[in-house]
Amino acid sequence: MRKYTPKDNVQAKSYYTDRFWVAPRVPKEAVEEGTHFEKVVAALGAQVKEAYIQVGQLVMHIEATENFQVIKILKEQCGYTQCSEQSAVDYLAKEGEFELFYQLLNINEAKRVRVVCRIKKDEAIESIVPLFKSANFAEREMFDMFGIKVNNHPFLKRIIMPDDWEGHPLLKTYPLQGDEFASWYEVDKIFGKEYRNIIGPENRDPARIDRYDTKRFSRIGYEVPFGADISGGETEQPIEYSETFMVNYNKSSKQLDERK
Amino acid sequence: MQQPNKLTPFFENLNFERDDNTMVINFGPQHPSAHGQLRLVLELDGELVTKAYPDIGYLHRGIEKMAENMTYNEFLPTTDRLDYIASTSNNYAYAHAVEKLLGIEAPRRAQVIRTMLLEINRIISHLFFLATHALDVGAMSVFLYAFREREFAMDLMEDYCGARLTHSAVRIGGVPLDLPAGWTEKLAMYIEKMPEAIKMYEDLLTENRIWKMRLENVGVISGEDALNWGCTGVMLRGSGIKYDIRKEEPYELYSELDFDIPVSDRCDSYGRYRLYMEEMKESVKILKQLIPMYFETEPQLMAHAPQYISAPKEEIMTQNYALMQHFVLVTQGMRPPKGEVYAPTESPKGELGFYIKSEGEPYAYRLKCRAPSFFHTGLLQEILVGTYIADVVTIIGTTNIVFGEVDR
Repeated sequence: MRKYTPKDNVQAKSYYTDRFWVAPRVPKEAVEEGTHFEKVVAALGAQVKEAYIQVGQLVMHIEATENFQVIKILKEQCGYTQCSEQSAVDYLAKEGEFELFYQLLNINEAKRVRVVCRIKKDEAIESIVPLFKSANFAEREMFDMFGIKVNNHPFLKRIIMPDDWEGHPLLKTYPLQGDEFASWYEVDKIFGKEYRNIIGPENRDPARIDRYDTKRFSRIGYEVPFGADISGGETEQPIEYSETFMVNYNKSSKQLDERK
Repeated sequence: MQQPNKLTPFFENLNFERDDNTMVINFGPQHPSAHGQLRLVLELDGELVTKAYPDIGYLHRGIEKMAENMTYNEFLPTTDRLDYIASTSNNYAYAHAVEKLLGIEAPRRAQVIRTMLLEINRIISHLFFLATHALDVGAMSVFLYAFREREFAMDLMEDYCGARLTHSAVRIGGVPLDLPAGWTEKLAMYIEKMPEAIKMYEDLLTENRIWKMRLENVGVISGEDALNWGCTGVMLRGSGIKYDIRKEEPYELYSELDFDIPVSDRCDSYGRYRLYMEEMKESVKILKQLIPMYFETEPQLMAHAPQYISAPKEEIMTQNYALMQHFVLVTQGMRPPKGEVYAPTESPKGELGFYIKSEGEPYAYRLKCRAPSFFHTGLLQEILVGTYIADVVTIIGTTNIVFGEVDR
């Protein structure tokens, strides 16, 4: 029977996990009174669903529809003037959702906040480019990698993958070696669809060597004409060494100068 | 959809208004000043750039995807390929993020060695910047001199870890090797020579008329814009904002070291060039303090956390349980706790941070590399507009982007 592999998450998985293994958790600390983070949470009020401190940074879970207002308040009232990073995490397989995060930095206090929200598969998110121009590239990358649409983005287009690419590479459903489309992409582009049979799908294993390839690899010990078909086996020939190998040309027997 | 061929190239559906006398040109990706694989589509009105569109992705290797399919230790050598000019900074940024996730700290000697390597890498990277930037602008000789000193620094790295570019010199939880015998003496010799070398570059460039004409008031970024576009590192400090993660959110030994953060409020390429020179001097200062610190430390190199990190070799060879744990860690990989972490570090290019989402598996559920160059490339679409075509090369040079980390 063929081994069962889940289709909704084709990434590498641990081949063995102990039955009684319970993963520990990174500790979440409560936001303490009188700290800078407490003021931040207070400024946002009811818009924060959950707030805690993890590894020294404030994490706030909010409603995805309120992302623009929340980040606007953070920028204008709490001094978070830089958006360091913005991206998503794919939880489609488990929960049917994407988790989006915005990593913000307050230069004056040297504090960092992560705003986290969740959207369903076909939902879009509001762009924060009017607030932070750095989100321009970040949101385009998120769109490229996950296919998450961003409303009111000035130029939402693929950024890293080619424009005519199909599929979104960082989804958990996308295999590491690329999908069917990826294996024909360059063949179709360079040679055309009609050459598919002649060239074959692209192999993305960089260490792969075709044993019967007589065009790109020489075969030591076997004299094979260029491009010959050797799939039926080839005859071994003794290795011949060059007669002129390791000849000391400095001690020439020729007399170059006639005066000598 | 266009039908692109050799005569009508594919301009990716850019909506350029061509009713006036403008011209669209394609800069790169095979351009010697494109710093790797940058393709810029520029709309020119005479020699004035009226629109700029940076097109990236020519070096995309899916490093974030690879991170989801590799165990934490397996992925570390891949981080070398991000910013390949200063690989140890990437190794360190990654190891630092994973250590934050695990909640462990490297032993003191490892911290000293790491800080040394980071600062050597900063010098290597800044010298590379200086060399290529000067070459782009037209000062050929600086390139040769800067590469000479960079070569010595790379020799130091080679003596330590055996590699010149892809170092992988940092491990999660410490460093793999102690410094070889006589290494600190070589380093001391190097940092003694370095100020003279820096003085020579400054003599060649700082008051050079051509250099000043090419750099002054070119690529002006206001402080507000720099923040807005996500500029970090020298790009931010060159716009008058004093923010260095080594000082503000110190990691490793930076809180104990005495060094200054140079700032420039010129906001132009010349100011940034001056900052790079000053930062090299600061790195030399840091290295000078680190050498005596090294000799005061205990010889332990890797953190003691048997659940996550293999025991030292002699323990593995003598104790059965250490061997078993090592076997599990090698075959299955470490399983960090469930949770997420974002750990920023100050790489030579700016803020290099790793966001890691762990689900308690040996594979990271999501790893996002916050690369400074990615955001500096995004900035190009704004600062190139209104400059002259001759300054485009200067501005690309001054952003100091490396395409390994832009495309990832």
